Amino acid sequence: MESMIRVENLTKTFQVKGETVEALKGVSLEIEKGDIYGIIGMSGAGKSTLVRCLNFLEKPTEGTVWIEDKDLSALNDAGLRKMRTEIAMIFQHFNLLMQRNVLDNICFPLEITGHKKKEARERAKELLEIVDLKDKANAYPAQLSGGQKQRVAIARALAMNPKILLCDEATSALDPTTTKSILALLKDINKKYGITIVIITHEMRVVQEICSHVAIIEKGELAENGTVEEVFARPKSKAAKKLVFQGEQKVSRMDSKRCIRIVFTENSSFEPVIANMVLECKASVNILMADTKDIGGIARGEMVLQLPEDEDTARKMMEYLKERNLTVEELEDYVG
Amino acid sequence: MWDNATIMMLLEGIRDSLYMTLTSTVLAYVIGLPVGILLVISAPGGLKPRPVLYKITDFVVNMLRSVPFLILMILLIPFTRFVVGKAYGPTATIISLTVAAAPFVARLVESSLLEVDKGVIEAAQSMGADLKTIIVKVMLGEARISLIVGVTIALGTILGYSAMAGAVGGGGLGDIAIRYGYQRYEADIMIVTVILLIILMQIFQFAGTKLSKKLDRRLTH
Ligand SMILES: Nc1ncnc2c1ncn2[C@@H]1O[C@H](COP(=O)(O)OP(=O)(O)O)[C@@H](O)[C@H]1O
Ligand SMILES: [Mg+2]
Repeated sequence: MESMIRVENLTKTFQVKGETVEALKGVSLEIEKGDIYGIIGMSGAGKSTLVRCLNFLEKPTEGTVWIEDKDLSALNDAGLRKMRTEIAMIFQHFNLLMQRNVLDNICFPLEITGHKKKEARERAKELLEIVDLKDKANAYPAQLSGGQKQRVAIARALAMNPKILLCDEATSALDPTTTKSILALLKDINKKYGITIVIITHEMRVVQEICSHVAIIEKGELAENGTVEEVFARPKSKAAKKLVFQGEQKVSRMDSKRCIRIVFTENSSFEPVIANMVLECKASVNILMADTKDIGGIARGEMVLQLPEDEDTARKMMEYLKERNLTVEELEDYVG
Repeated sequence: MWDNATIMMLLEGIRDSLYMTLTSTVLAYVIGLPVGILLVISAPGGLKPRPVLYKITDFVVNMLRSVPFLILMILLIPFTRFVVGKAYGPTATIISLTVAAAPFVARLVESSLLEVDKGVIEAAQSMGADLKTIIVKVMLGEARISLIVGVTIALGTILGYSAMAGAVGGGGLGDIAIRYGYQRYEADIMIVTVILLIILMQIFQFAGTKLSKKLDRRLTH
């Protein structure tokens, strides 16, 4: 695969009141063409700084950013501005021009690149169709919902046919349903136009929903990265485990000590694995959490099961699941 | 006393006051708008930080603003005489009004531009917009309501200054008020001029508010 974004040893420090804040400490990663690459981490981990380094809104203190084969630090001002027309960005708070209507907002990047007004308007109308907002062309941002504003921002981002779309917490200000629809739109764009998408988020469900790859950032360092499948199924670092188990901490009231987490990877989660196991082992289990969905065309997800106290039955059940290619993991400190 | 001559004089007073106020406001913006933009752009953390330039501009603006208007007028007499040939009358007053109002306008512009959402500016940068586009289309465009409110404030302030200039023969309504009311004890003419000044002020305010409401797209009506 071709590399679209390559980051090497990226370091960024800020001087705040005489003190040095290290926002990024030597991060290296590679994002391939057509990827939907998630960058996840807790608040303050350095995600925004990282993504802002990808279009040099923030100049790295050390390290290099390559877009395709261009080293951003080697570009002059004009070169950098030209490069930025190929790297679109959307934001948590949409950042639309409040004094312009929807159509003129979408025309704005086209004005920057010197398109004729009429041409720009035609293109803007097409884009409104893509984001499903045709009837809002003459509305002003103040009259739109959060989801609609983000759609306008996406249309604006697509105006210049970018190679890359950077999304900094693009769904964090939206409710779950709207988040889903925006993520679906992004996925669609990725598929249709082959645009490489980088998604910054603090929510695992966003990564699960659409990303092909994920990097976990903790305290300015890259804790772990890989395909979502790998990281999700076998989180290695502490930071990754914390994020993957995020959702499970909600179900904390349990009596039995024997809890397992199973992860569906290649094999179909639609096969009634659990039901068959219960029939086979003649003992019931308690499904504490189930979160299965279609990720990247493969049925995937996870479940947390509470197994019977009886050792033999529990072992038999785990064998059964492992035989069916599920990743099984005992959750020792799950309770408490 | 309400003869034609008095009425003519009052009408001329209105004309002169409007002439001085409007011309000075325009000139004050010709100078103050770029200076205001410069203050925002060159400030630390601005789009093009230029610490030395910023400090000098900031200092000059503060200095001019701290000189009381009447004293500034007197200090400017030689300059005014050099530019318009005399040191009294409406046209001469315009010079001092402009010098006094320009730094004030620069601050008004600065504060309006600082209100513009940093995120929107960042979005424009991320699209590859150059400095000029960001200033004109993003900063001035997004701040336009606040800028109009600023113009309204400037007009009112400059109208007030122009009346004050009457004390040194500046012309206009303030001049009439001082000549008749203060020097000849004709209180009624003074009161009428004051009422006329109040009406002018109200008109500026009304027009400014109306225009800014009409142009503001952030309101959902
Ligand atoms: N412009 C800045 N000036 C000073 N410190 C900053 C700046 N931007 C980010 N930081 C600091 O860098 C760290 C990482 O911030 P950020 O990248 O915004 O984190 P995240 O997006 O993961 O929440 C934080 O400690 C933050 O305070
Ligand atoms: Mg952030």
